[in-house]
Amino acid sequence: MNYQSDENGYYGSFGGAFIPEMMHQNIDQLQNSYIDIIESKSFKDEFKLLLQDYAGRPSPLYYSDRLSDQYKTHIYLKREDLNHTGSHKINNTIGQILLAKRLGKTRIIAETGAGQHGVATATVCARAGLECIVYMGAVDVARQSPNVEKMKMLGAEVRAVQSGSKTLKDATNEAIRDWINNPVDTHYIIGSAVGPHPYPDMVARFQSVISEEIREQLKAKVGRETPDYVIACVGGGSNAAGSFYHFLNEPSVKLVAVEAAGKGVNTGESAATTQLGKPGILHGSRSLLMQTSDGQVVEPYSISAGLDYPGIGPMHANLYTTQRGQFLSATDTEALEAALYLSQKEGIIPALESAHALAALNKIEFKPDDIVVVNVSGRGDKDMETFLKYFQTVK
Amino acid sequence: MENRITELFIKKDKQILSIYFTAGYPELNDTKTIISTLEKHGADLIEVGMPFSDPVADGIVIQKSSEAALENGMTIHLLFEQLKEIRKHVSVPLILMGYLNPVMQFGIENFCKKCSEIGIDGTIIPDLPLEVYESEYKAIFETYSLSNIFLITPQTSDERIRKIDRLSSGFIYMVSSSSTTGAKEAVDQEQIAYFERIDKMCLRSKRLIGFGISDNRTFQRACSYSNGAIIGSAFITAITGDGEVENKVSQFMKKFDS
Ligand SMILES: Cc1ncc(COP(=O)(O)O)c(C=O)c1O
Repeated sequence: MNYQSDENGYYGSFGGAFIPEMMHQNIDQLQNSYIDIIESKSFKDEFKLLLQDYAGRPSPLYYSDRLSDQYKTHIYLKREDLNHTGSHKINNTIGQILLAKRLGKTRIIAETGAGQHGVATATVCARAGLECIVYMGAVDVARQSPNVEKMKMLGAEVRAVQSGSKTLKDATNEAIRDWINNPVDTHYIIGSAVGPHPYPDMVARFQSVISEEIREQLKAKVGRETPDYVIACVGGGSNAAGSFYHFLNEPSVKLVAVEAAGKGVNTGESAATTQLGKPGILHGSRSLLMQTSDGQVVEPYSISAGLDYPGIGPMHANLYTTQRGQFLSATDTEALEAALYLSQKEGIIPALESAHALAALNKIEFKPDDIVVVNVSGRGDKDMETFLKYFQTVK
Repeated sequence: MENRITELFIKKDKQILSIYFTAGYPELNDTKTIISTLEKHGADLIEVGMPFSDPVADGIVIQKSSEAALENGMTIHLLFEQLKEIRKHVSVPLILMGYLNPVMQFGIENFCKKCSEIGIDGTIIPDLPLEVYESEYKAIFETYSLSNIFLITPQTSDERIRKIDRLSSGFIYMVSSSSTTGAKEAVDQEQIAYFERIDKMCLRSKRLIGFGISDNRTFQRACSYSNGAIIGSAFITAITGDGEVENKVSQFMKKFDS
């Protein structure tokens, strides 16, 4: 079984490109050129150098004594939080900005939830000297204000989106509308492994550096390239796609994806797509989608802006349906507690999104000699206000 | 049975006026009144919008009307219920327009069957790509003699337009500029060049121009390059606000009495 996408962008029955004709020209161009561009030597060299000297890669694979003690196994943390701009999102934006330049685009748009992708996009645009407009739901503008300030300082324009639930889904709608209105000069840097083909595959490829490094680092540290578990949180699925990528077709590696349960999967305030969703079409691909029986998209909820999305990327929908991946969920409270725990045991303040992956450690029975890699997709600076509010209420 | 869209174009192939509105807006049960009034005042074609929560190809006016319609309780099931006996009252060609996901959840075959029972003549589903339609849905649509209408834009290549022309029954929906619905009109050189380019291609399909058509002047201008035009956002704006919906529809349509 192959868990990568086929040439039409399908992962099993999920994926494809369900786009209005107004986007056809741009998507067609990307579909026809992305592999050639990103596989070319000049692109690869430039991408690699920037990941190293600009983003600070490789990110460390850190053996956590204290988590290993606690869970009676071997736990490594993949430190994407140490990347420039504070999360894995920079891997993708560096790749896409290089692609955009080669396509001759002069204006960049992006959607953002937690603001990490917005910051990562504003960052590469500053460096490339390209105009940058970031769409962000009004709710997220409020709850991730440090990132809004950063984007502005980096020279980007942040447009607060007032439609729908005013979160990531709506920011994505607005970015798509912008692209429809500006098809010639604009490239849309999608921030997760979602969207029409080729985005899910393209973003996964740019993020695959995470699992490529995990293999090399494990080899050096323990003499084997494959862990027993890789655990990552899933919003749209880019950090998970990158963490899983080079293990997808290795059945010995258990792939654990952690969704945001919000206040609880069955409370009506959740973003646990695999548990609450059905096959459907949103933002250009067929995947699992939280929706009513009438096919209207349901507004998700999570305390974590980056996971507050009613769908998941098609790769993950396929991993779920084929049971290649194990899908767990963590509630707001479980994530907050996991963030506090890592902060106080390891001196690492994780992003709220990443804290969902850490919370899943409580839900798995590990063997003492298991090797477990948890992707710490980002750092928690942007979430300080949310953390403080929570700790005030529990104290 | 002959498809009413095909019949329309046999009888009349100039100055076709097509009106779009969102079902369930302004009030949940306005659907039939709006259709009858539009027919009475000379609409040649009517596009009934099936509201969707995430209409990415639409501008703010249709976004708002869709949101309101959904809040009012509109669903595809209910729309079919409202339209059940519509053919006792009107003979104007009717097209259902909406996004793929709600149609998929209803079930494509089931949806087409319902359309045919009621006397719906066509569909416009912007996020159903040509390729998927061709390989998965065409046969079903044809079984129920439903015309699926495709869009072309200023970006669409000649080669693709030819393909769309071959696959089209009904008409081709020419999006007037690179934009979401409700764009401000601006008939510039580029747009005219596009209209003329398409005109010169001598396509077999009829063409209606939509997006940014708001009054008789823009309608007439669009008609000079095509078989007619489609008005959506401007009509929705006209039926928004105080007053009887029937009066508002009549008032709007009077602008087009020539
Ligand atoms: C730190 C961090 N992790 C994870 C995510 C979720 O996105 P994805 O599922 O694409 O990795 C985000 C999104 O904003 C994020 O900022």
